Amino acid sequence: MTADILIQVLVSGLLIGLIYALVAVGLTLIFGVMDIVNFAHGEFLMLGMYASFWAFVLFAIDPIVALPMTALLLFAVGVIVYQTVIRRILKAPMLSQIFATFGLMILLRGLAQFFWKPDHRLIPHSLVSGNIALGPVQFGLPQFVAALGAIGVTGALWVFLHRTRLGTALEATAIDREAATLMGIDGQKMFALAWGIGAACAGLAGGLIATFFPIFPEVGANFILIAFVVVVLGGFGSITGAFLAGIIVGLIEVLGGFLVGPEYKTAIVLSLLLIVLLVRPRGLLGKA
Amino acid sequence: MRFADANSEPTGTPSTSRPVTRRRTMARLLGVAALLATTALGGLGIGAAPARAEDEIRIGVIYPLTGAAASTGVELKAAAELAAAIINKEIPAPAGLVAGVGMPHMKGAKIRLVFGDHQGNPQVGATEAERLITSEKVAALAGAYFSNVTATASQVAERYGVPFLNGESSSATLTQRHFKWFFRTTPHDDLFVTNFFTFLEDMEKKTGDKLRTVGLFNENTLWGNETTKLQVKLAADRKFDIAEKIVYPAKTTQMTSEVQRLKASKPAVIMQSSYLGDAILSMKTYKELGFLPKMLLANDAGFNDSEFLKTMGKDGEFVISREVWALDQADRNPLIRQVNDLMKQRSGVDFNGNSARAFTAIAVLADAIDRAGATTPDAIRKALQETDIPATGLIMPWKGVKFDADGQNELGQGLIVQVQNGQYATVWPFDVATKPVVYPMPAWDGR
Repeated sequence: MTADILIQVLVSGLLIGLIYALVAVGLTLIFGVMDIVNFAHGEFLMLGMYASFWAFVLFAIDPIVALPMTALLLFAVGVIVYQTVIRRILKAPMLSQIFATFGLMILLRGLAQFFWKPDHRLIPHSLVSGNIALGPVQFGLPQFVAALGAIGVTGALWVFLHRTRLGTALEATAIDREAATLMGIDGQKMFALAWGIGAACAGLAGGLIATFFPIFPEVGANFILIAFVVVVLGGFGSITGAFLAGIIVGLIEVLGGFLVGPEYKTAIVLSLLLIVLLVRPRGLLGKA
Repeated sequence: MRFADANSEPTGTPSTSRPVTRRRTMARLLGVAALLATTALGGLGIGAAPARAEDEIRIGVIYPLTGAAASTGVELKAAAELAAAIINKEIPAPAGLVAGVGMPHMKGAKIRLVFGDHQGNPQVGATEAERLITSEKVAALAGAYFSNVTATASQVAERYGVPFLNGESSSATLTQRHFKWFFRTTPHDDLFVTNFFTFLEDMEKKTGDKLRTVGLFNENTLWGNETTKLQVKLAADRKFDIAEKIVYPAKTTQMTSEVQRLKASKPAVIMQSSYLGDAILSMKTYKELGFLPKMLLANDAGFNDSEFLKTMGKDGEFVISREVWALDQADRNPLIRQVNDLMKQRSGVDFNGNSARAFTAIAVLADAIDRAGATTPDAIRKALQETDIPATGLIMPWKGVKFDADGQNELGQGLIVQVQNGQYATVWPFDVATKPVVYPMPAWDGR
């Protein structure tokens, strides 16, 4: 094995890892703020992909150009889901919460299948297409742009949470809900905001990968398992943790798959999950 | 965390006995309803038959007429009915057709197809086979498209000693059961894998290139694993080198590690088994990482899905896959064109691999019954064993129909097709090819 191939594998791992990070960031945000695991998160990704697809087919808008619209749309979906479903189960037993988001997952998948058919779709030609070659290392422009977008979105989210008043309020709610309420922060509004932003992140991830990944109703299932691993590794609720963990998981999956054998790549990633849970259950940057 | 809440006693749990009894009664009622739904209803719609005419030969045909595969089942039914119409001389037989062009030895008797609906369910398939044999008194059975349903339905036929002719199921195990009453016209899965190696040998002769290093790239469900095993065995038998063998996790998010490994092992040819989503993702990854084998041999499935061509466009060009039938064969054989025109007139669609095989199965069965000169099971079975239909009289790309001791048609043949200008063109066997193979696969950006 030559150094060239190793570098190539690392670059591929980094690119996909950044996408994993973006999907997981939204998931960990929702969990961090309100301790609810959103099983329908992959379906938000799916909706983001379909939003890009229809924008392209019906209005000839490129997925990259349509990103702000996709984000707004998914933000609305997140808020609506919060207002109609999640708000009612805030105080319910944890099992009920799990089943509620699980049911939502099945509902969204079923609706997508009913309205948009179970077919696989693809956006045939996007603004970003083709390959970039840097010496011996090759990668697709769509993947590269998606990774850049993931960095941008996660960065923007970090700035929002740490440098703006609204973001700080959200962060405060995540740290201590009751204390935040005493300080005059409207908890309900913050929860709705968390769902909106969480769904928008998944939607943006969907829009970014729609340029190269097939679009179909079950596409969320491909990503959600890895997103959970990333959230656990990064530490429940930690945005920075999820970002780092996404990159680590991507690198380990691609590098491990290449060195040990692709048939073991899922096993390698899931062993990582087990090890983290056994050795450091709070994850990389999670609060103890 | 709200674990504590889960322990709180739920309110309003019924503890009196009456609701429980009622619930039991309900459960029983539901059970009865379910039984009715699976057994009786299937028969109601299709089975209510008029009194039997003296000169009527009944053939039971089991297909998935409702359920997820209903659209395929309806096409299969239309093909079977077209075959029956030609046999009964309701429409004149196209010149050249050999099997199923009337029943001269049966004194003008007509055949009547009695359909059963297995809904894609092996249990229902068995029940329907039983119904057709015992209450519809069919002389023989045909069907059932799904391999697992064919397995159960033919088991019932075996028990009753009724001939079962299968035209469209390709699981190799079906004819490895050494049944007495089971016959199959279509070639099975093993043949298609074997064909790829023969094709490679033929291509070596034609091009003078060495194509002995093969990369195996199969998904990890039963199908992919079985295919891998067979490919490993055949590669050893025929002196091919396996450069890399990858059984990848199906429905994955990225295939870069897989493709990197394939690329690093530098195989001349890739043999791939993938369903649609993975097929698309792998093609994208090949292009992204600039991997270009001389040939990409796909094992049907995702690569033969109409969506694959539609979504991949230029990037899907030059993929080579296996097929049981191809419409471009009509350009070569006027008989296929004529029969296809009849199909199109009657049902509005062209033949495809499934319906062409369904048509052929009914024709072969009618041919045997005619030669038997009787409708007793033994006479039909004997006639089936003596079947010998030449290639020219068929709408299939086969060398003919002739059954071996296990009931498998030993003259069946598969096609190898290549995507050329957005369509599948037959490129092998060379004697039935309509286009030459584009070889080697042209570069990704030079298309």
